[in-house]
Amino acid sequence: MISYFFRLLGSVLFVSWIVGTLVFFLIHLVPGDPVAVMLGDWASPADETVLREQLGLNLPLWAQYWKFISGVIQFDLGQSLFFQQPVSELIAERFPMTLQLAVMALLVAVLIAFPLGLWAALRAGKWPDHLSMSVSLVGVSIPNFWLGPMLILLFSLWLAWLPVSGAEQPFSWILPAITLGTALAAILARMLRASLLEVLHEDYIRTAQAKGLPGRLVYGKHALMNALLPVVTILGLQLGTLLGGAVITEVVFDWPGLGQLLVESIQRRDYPVVQGCILVISVAYITINGLTELAYAWLDPRIRVAN
Amino acid sequence: MLRYLSYSIVVVWLLMAILGFVIGESANEVVLSQFLTGPNAQAWLGSDELGRPVLERLVLGAQTSLFVAMGVVFFSAIIGTTIGIYSGYMGGWTDRIITKIIDVFLAFPGLLLAIALAAILGPGIENVVFALVVVGWVGYARLARAQTLSLRHREHILAARSLAVPMPWILWRHILPLILAPLGVEATFGVAGAVISEAGLSFLGLGVQPPDASWGSMIKEGTRYLLVAPHLVLAPGIALMLVVLAVNLIGDQWRDYLDVRSRKSNR
Repeated sequence: MISYFFRLLGSVLFVSWIVGTLVFFLIHLVPGDPVAVMLGDWASPADETVLREQLGLNLPLWAQYWKFISGVIQFDLGQSLFFQQPVSELIAERFPMTLQLAVMALLVAVLIAFPLGLWAALRAGKWPDHLSMSVSLVGVSIPNFWLGPMLILLFSLWLAWLPVSGAEQPFSWILPAITLGTALAAILARMLRASLLEVLHEDYIRTAQAKGLPGRLVYGKHALMNALLPVVTILGLQLGTLLGGAVITEVVFDWPGLGQLLVESIQRRDYPVVQGCILVISVAYITINGLTELAYAWLDPRIRVAN
Repeated sequence: MLRYLSYSIVVVWLLMAILGFVIGESANEVVLSQFLTGPNAQAWLGSDELGRPVLERLVLGAQTSLFVAMGVVFFSAIIGTTIGIYSGYMGGWTDRIITKIIDVFLAFPGLLLAIALAAILGPGIENVVFALVVVGWVGYARLARAQTLSLRHREHILAARSLAVPMPWILWRHILPLILAPLGVEATFGVAGAVISEAGLSFLGLGVQPPDASWGSMIKEGTRYLLVAPHLVLAPGIALMLVVLAVNLIGDQWRDYLDVRSRKSNR
């Protein structure tokens, strides 16, 4: 287990390094001069030279790369051009909000997916199955940048039950969490149904039924517990995806998280912040995936042995 | 029933995209007196904040989404399949390096990479296609590689090799036809993904730029007038959802059709 952990840690660090390198070269090697883009069409050559020096863009590429990587290791992501403040400070302010949104969305997804998936699996082939699978297909197909405004229209503007945007009070957390969680709920419900259907054909379920256990125990304990393993993996992997998907939801609801900072910084051409946000979200995503794999290996010894 | 419905939605989508060439510039005509009017006899779906007819904007948006979807699926399928087949067939070091590259791409949140690329390249429909191809090829590569691995020791491949058939010809003539079906299913879901991603990027202001229409940017503009003119958000949103739903349904059908196990159990 310990050697597995270290191998996984190595892999997480390796991929993070690749991602960092990718982000760096993305910003530096793409055709077009970032300084010209940042300052717009009317900047004087003198202004451009000043900004170039300020950003260290006058150095040779390898020196810039070295500066960037050694900075990242010390949690120094450079200085924001717009806020005149270290990027790491800005990110530290916003990251907890994004994490909160993602965790809440995960909660919403689980609360919707479990009853839906269970219902569908236990009535497989009958109308509850068709109904819940149709609902989940619609759930997968609704883009969150449309679902969000629709929820706002219904619950905030017409019914006036919930606030339109912001994150100050718990009431305003509900709509963003539902918006971000719906697609995941739909995916999870389908996974859970498929996984349960597979388990329900196993011999030990027939045994449990044959010895006269009540349905509650057969399905709740014997079937569900065994069907959960693949679902838990997906759950972990999806938490990372939620961090990425949060970008759009944050913009819709004016949620003060990392995604909103990223989009605003793109519009302001604040490249150090853009670079930092992408790096942090990616590394968080990679780390969460690594942790999920670790949890999975702990739950299922076969994985450890196979690796 | 549902099958015909989903195919008809896709056909309507295609027709709308073709109709876009006919409508052309008239969809961008600003008529300020028609500012935010609701659906009426002249403009069936009402007008937007510049008095432009929503229905015609919707048609232009269909063109944008179809163009992006076709471009993304076409290029990512070709690039991904080529890399995947090659990697799976060669095996050894080549395969190990390519697999590692695929893993790195999979370890990166796709939407975020697309946002980053679109942000750096600047807005524009070609850049959207490029960004989504960079994200999208991995799925095809992984699938093509896995399928090729299972085929590579088959007798007909061995026969072709002992007859000194050149490697590209083996890949093209003896492996590709056998793995086309699952790749086709992947491509169908790829269309749905590309349509949503294009609209998402345009929603964030990173896709097509005004006055060109995209369903995503129409939703974005519409949210500002949500209370007074909900039709601005409703129309493109419903169009988007119907297309994605229809394509997903078609993908599901094809997958079930190809999956022999599920075909048996349904009988």
